[in-house]
Amino acid sequence: MTAKAFSAFIGTKTVAFVAEAGYFFLLLYESLYWIVVGRFKKQPVRLHLVASEGLKVGIQAIPIVTVLCFSVGVMLAIQGIETLKLFGAESQVIFGITFSMTREFSPLIVGILIAGRSGSAITAKIGTMLGAQEIDALSVIGINPVRYLVSPVLLAMLIMLPALTFLGDIAGLLGGALYSTIRLDMTFDNYLVRTFDVLSIMDLMQGLIKSVMFSLLITIIAASNGFQVKGGAEGVGVATTRSVVLAISSIVMADMIFTYFISR
Amino acid sequence: MDEIIKVSALTTHYGTSKVLNSIDLSIRRGEIMVIMGGSGSGKSTLLRHILSLNHPSSGSIEILGKDIWKIDTEELNELRKKIGVAFQGGALFGSMTVEDNIAFPLRELTNLDEETIKIMTRIKLEIVNLSGFGHYMPSQLSGGMLKRAAVARAIIMDPQILFFDEPSAGLDPVVAAELDDLILNLRDAMNITIVVVTHELDSAYKIADRITVINKGDLLLVGTVDEIKSSDNQKVQDLINRTPRKQSINAEEYLSRLTDNI
Repeated sequence: MTAKAFSAFIGTKTVAFVAEAGYFFLLLYESLYWIVVGRFKKQPVRLHLVASEGLKVGIQAIPIVTVLCFSVGVMLAIQGIETLKLFGAESQVIFGITFSMTREFSPLIVGILIAGRSGSAITAKIGTMLGAQEIDALSVIGINPVRYLVSPVLLAMLIMLPALTFLGDIAGLLGGALYSTIRLDMTFDNYLVRTFDVLSIMDLMQGLIKSVMFSLLITIIAASNGFQVKGGAEGVGVATTRSVVLAISSIVMADMIFTYFISR
Repeated sequence: MDEIIKVSALTTHYGTSKVLNSIDLSIRRGEIMVIMGGSGSGKSTLLRHILSLNHPSSGSIEILGKDIWKIDTEELNELRKKIGVAFQGGALFGSMTVEDNIAFPLRELTNLDEETIKIMTRIKLEIVNLSGFGHYMPSQLSGGMLKRAAVARAIIMDPQILFFDEPSAGLDPVVAAELDDLILNLRDAMNITIVVVTHELDSAYKIADRITVINKGDLLLVGTVDEIKSSDNQKVQDLINRTPRKQSINAEEYLSRLTDNI
């Protein structure tokens, strides 16, 4: 690749990145705008749509979130006890499980799961509607497509992701407790009392704030990829894959940046 | 008759290519205007501009006396309540029943009670001859039924202007003729101004009060069916006589053209 071609490549990619980032923020602004002022503009975000999306995003994800977070809790207990055994400090595993689960694993697992499960569905739905001129139909009827399609999902995500993260906290802590009490010959009551001694509101809040951040990322990345679908069914497939990869990458990177600043 | 849609000097570029070239068009209240042209002529682009789905490079469009590119979003949405659109593929929402699709604009844009909405929906279903199919999902309907359901949704707000994008496309001649009859009935019974974008000549001749012929972004002619048929414009004659853009060549020339650049 010549220097000129390389510069052109970098320039093109930079412009595309800036354009996409701009579109993300515009979509985020518009989605929040309709949530806040929709009712005053005679275009309210319909509660039945929020409930319907909440059912899909949140309620239907309860079993899988519970199973995954419980498994991660058990896994943390296994690894923690084995590692701390080297120092004769197995009983301190409670610290590791409690902090890791509430601050990191629960919001991360829920975020990644919902990005794959619901983010892809949002992209596919909007992309398919775009191809079938349903988005045009909404516009000509006089209904803002972002208000009708994105704002309810965003609102549902903002409610459901923190709720699922809290559920994940409980499942993960229970998983860790179950394994640890058996291995450390400790009573379940005693384990829970020590967990609550260790756990602070800030630990829970850290995870919940992250889940709010992930809600915004998943919804806006999924919706923006859906609105940019080109090329029919194949285009929907490409956009869906891109949306999931981009959302998961963003979640992990945002988590790292957030953790860095909050831990300083 | 007064002007209900006025398009002035409308020009559109996609990159370096000009898709619409300074189009001037006036549509009168109560008439059926057919916008006709071959594939890639720019007729669908013109429709998208009139529906304010795409922004033109220059020019203006006035609907019911309002310049659609100068009014704010709220005014545009109010204007859109007076407009109905039946898209080529129907564009019904796949997740809703036919009845819910038709009732959708009423539920979203009005404060009518559910009982009134149901009665109005049933009336529109009856108008398009789809009574008894309200509980069907769009995926369960045939092509002709889908288009009629789309018409029912388009007229649910009792619009002053109704747009059709390729209403006959993909339909057999009998179903296409039925749809033409429906368009004529709608104009006569509801006094709606109707704009139809099509390349189907038979349909255009049957329903049009006036026809606008567009070719490669240029407006060639606006006139009645008889005026179009008797036009001495060669491009208009090519279109209505279905003359290929390039004259046929013999087999030897054809093979030579295919192999020349290899």
